[in-house]
Amino acid sequence: MSLFHLIILFPFLYAVVVPFLYRKFLPKIHTGWFVLLAPLAIFAFLLSYMPLVSSGKTIQMTAPWIPAYDINFTAYIDGLSLLFGLIITGIGVLVVLYSIYYMSKKREALHNFYIYLLLFMGAMLGLVFSDNIFTLYVFWEITSISSFLLIAYWFQRDKSRYGALKSMLITIFGGLSMLAGLILLSIITDTYSIQVMMSKADIIQTHPLLVPAIVLILLGAFTKSAQFPFSIWLPDAMEAPTPVSAYLHSATMVKAGIYLVARFTPAFGGIPEWFWFVSIIGLFTLLYGSFNAVKQTDLKALLAFSTVSQLGLIMSLLGLGSAALYFDIGPSGTVYTIAVFAALFHLMNHSTFKGCLFMVVGIIDLQTGTRDIRRLGGLMHLMPISFTLAVIGSFAMAGLPPFNGFLSKELFFTATLKASDMSFFHMDSFGTIVPVVAWIASVFTFIYCMIIIFKTFTGKQKFNQADKQIREAPFGMLISPLILAATVVVIFLFPNYFSQYLLQPAWAAVLPTFAQRDLLDINISAWHGFNTELFMTIGIVAVGTLMYKYLKKWYGIYRFYPKALTLNHLYALALEKTEALSLSITKGYMTGFVRDYLVYIFTFIIVIIGGALYLLGDLSMDTGNDALVNAYEFALIIGTVILAALVLVARSRLTAIIAVGALGFLVVFFFVIFRAPDLALTQLVVETITTVLFLLCFYHLPKLKKENSPIQFKAANALVSLGVGIVITIVALSANGNRLFESISSYYEDAYELAGAKNIVNAILVDFRGFDTMLEILVLTMAGLGVYALVKLRLTGSEKSEGAE
Amino acid sequence: METYMSIMIGVLFAIGTYLILTKRLLRIALGTSIIGHGVNLLLLTAGGLKKGAPPLLGLKEQSFTDPLPQALILTAIVINFATTALFIVLCYRAYKVSGTDDIEQLRGHGNE
Repeated sequence: MSLFHLIILFPFLYAVVVPFLYRKFLPKIHTGWFVLLAPLAIFAFLLSYMPLVSSGKTIQMTAPWIPAYDINFTAYIDGLSLLFGLIITGIGVLVVLYSIYYMSKKREALHNFYIYLLLFMGAMLGLVFSDNIFTLYVFWEITSISSFLLIAYWFQRDKSRYGALKSMLITIFGGLSMLAGLILLSIITDTYSIQVMMSKADIIQTHPLLVPAIVLILLGAFTKSAQFPFSIWLPDAMEAPTPVSAYLHSATMVKAGIYLVARFTPAFGGIPEWFWFVSIIGLFTLLYGSFNAVKQTDLKALLAFSTVSQLGLIMSLLGLGSAALYFDIGPSGTVYTIAVFAALFHLMNHSTFKGCLFMVVGIIDLQTGTRDIRRLGGLMHLMPISFTLAVIGSFAMAGLPPFNGFLSKELFFTATLKASDMSFFHMDSFGTIVPVVAWIASVFTFIYCMIIIFKTFTGKQKFNQADKQIREAPFGMLISPLILAATVVVIFLFPNYFSQYLLQPAWAAVLPTFAQRDLLDINISAWHGFNTELFMTIGIVAVGTLMYKYLKKWYGIYRFYPKALTLNHLYALALEKTEALSLSITKGYMTGFVRDYLVYIFTFIIVIIGGALYLLGDLSMDTGNDALVNAYEFALIIGTVILAALVLVARSRLTAIIAVGALGFLVVFFFVIFRAPDLALTQLVVETITTVLFLLCFYHLPKLKKENSPIQFKAANALVSLGVGIVITIVALSANGNRLFESISSYYEDAYELAGAKNIVNAILVDFRGFDTMLEILVLTMAGLGVYALVKLRLTGSEKSEGAE
Repeated sequence: METYMSIMIGVLFAIGTYLILTKRLLRIALGTSIIGHGVNLLLLTAGGLKKGAPPLLGLKEQSFTDPLPQALILTAIVINFATTALFIVLCYRAYKVSGTDDIEQLRGHGNE
């Protein structure tokens, strides 16, 4: 356990202290101020690793967890994990700061909020720094759980609970798939360490389990990162408090899937299936998210769909970039590596501007009481700072200069244009679609970005002036979005600084083989000449502006799409149908009739025992060792069968009881002829008592009305009983036919020397196997007490009157 | 002898099973009783029949029947008796409380 492990676990440890701080300081100091220390400290700590990592070094530290199974908490620090770690803690600091002003200390249960948030932060840190697949999975699930808790933070609301449940179901489904995929991968490579897996890429790529592993791992990544069609949980997760939406559902948790894909690119890159799944799903999600974002009327829902869309963009870039590994090494693959760089760059950029936008929306929500675009307007003069922040965030998201989104968007176009030139993976026929889809999606992105700015901040004010005095948010709430917006601009102005220290090491971690040959080098410049990418951007602005202007004219296309076919509707329907189906299945076989359950049990016995005997070939009918039969014994057998059959057909209860009693006495005779005197004695006594009991209970009780009808014949019952009888007969015959070894009973024949007894059976009962007898006495005692209790105890009211008779 | 015994045990099991599958508590109790006999005889048969004298050392015989199954059966008889007695009293109580010995009417409430 090194210092680094403690730092990762620090949020968990700190979460324990939070409720005490909450109780002690509450009316005076907002709990968030204490919580702020945790991400700040970790951020500073992680920064200290930056020089080391940017010089190309990686660090690995192992803390034993379950060493016997090779499951250890192995922390691995490289460019990729450090990039994520810095985003998590950096945005974490800002979000906590923002939440101090956002969450009221009078009304909210702050200790819950910050405990969940710290849990999430720790889980996210653990996730990105884990090298062991099981540790990774554990942290992955803690992020799902803490996200569930945060979404349902206002648990009194139905919608919160619905959103939390939905995200839980989808992300846990993905998480379990991912676990299966990771285990498959560990079977392929015979290791639990991700880094060792990466070094065995050649084994992975030819293994028959490759495709299942890819599909399962990608299921995990796609559900977490809200890729199509699993994106449906993200808009519903917007019921969470805004700091949570800003943190989890734009900057960190939804990027866990991106992290996973990036992390496994060295192993799966260059495989056509991986390339196709990741690129196509990413591109489609990009288009789907941006198209649907335009029609949203709730600002947070709009941002949720835009997050979906941007995540699709990053995902598709990772997919396109994985093509680089198709060529083992060398310059032919290098052109595609730019896509991976663009993905990482945009990942960082998206965290900054989307966090900023969420915070602005939170401010608007808090100041005006609504997030509905239709009820907002004309806030520009009332909230100038928020307006500026929204402009910066939206323009960055739309990919306009002078903001960081412009740079990553240009790189995205470069990557898609490169992809259209691919001559492998069947891309020669499909390749041209890629830039076209990217361009269309960008047009929609432009439109919804404009909606955020102009529908909210310009136009008429639609508020009742008497309703509430709308004014700018307190300064403290604006600090975090201001810092993020400043970052947006700073990244645009000095991209190479960020590139060199943060992105290049991450890039090298995703494409290690290229990094070893110094093939990864990039110089980003804001002005890159009049090239296709720039004209594409100009086209977006032109077409986007026109389309925004005539939005009302074509808005009707959103109504064409039938509501019954939306993903949310299908999800709800699937859930409903699954519940109905399982209910009907359960109702089908859980009838409540004991008879039915007994039929299942007996059928099972027949199938299992009979089937096993048949399949294992143990059926045997050896009659050679049989003892001879004489007439008396034969008569006894016939008599037993007749008496048993009599019970079946007896009309009256008395006859049946007597017949069973007589049957018992015939069994006594069997014991006599088979030389078992003790058995005969016991059986005689027991049978007598049992018969008397039967008669007592079922005949001599006057209250029991007479039942004088034979059993109705039921074919199904007869079939089952016949089956049981046949199987038992076969078992008995086979037992006789398969005598494998001699009995151990010759030992007991020394009973006189060993135990001083001449009756061997009694010696066995009380001496050799006395324990059985002791417990059998216990059984008898308990039965006796049970009978006594049943007869004597009168607890219910209706019983009392009966007992008084 | 073992073959005939096996068939007879099979018949006892079949009849016992059929009784257990009926609706009346008494028949079920009788069915378990019959199956109990079947089991005891099956144990005895599986140990081998009529292989020698009763397992009493005072008889000075050369060979004895296997005493181990007998000890097992003796235990089984007593336990069987205990459970049967409890079962019968339980049936009786169920009848007194609910007024029926039809197990399909003892099903409880439909909305459980």
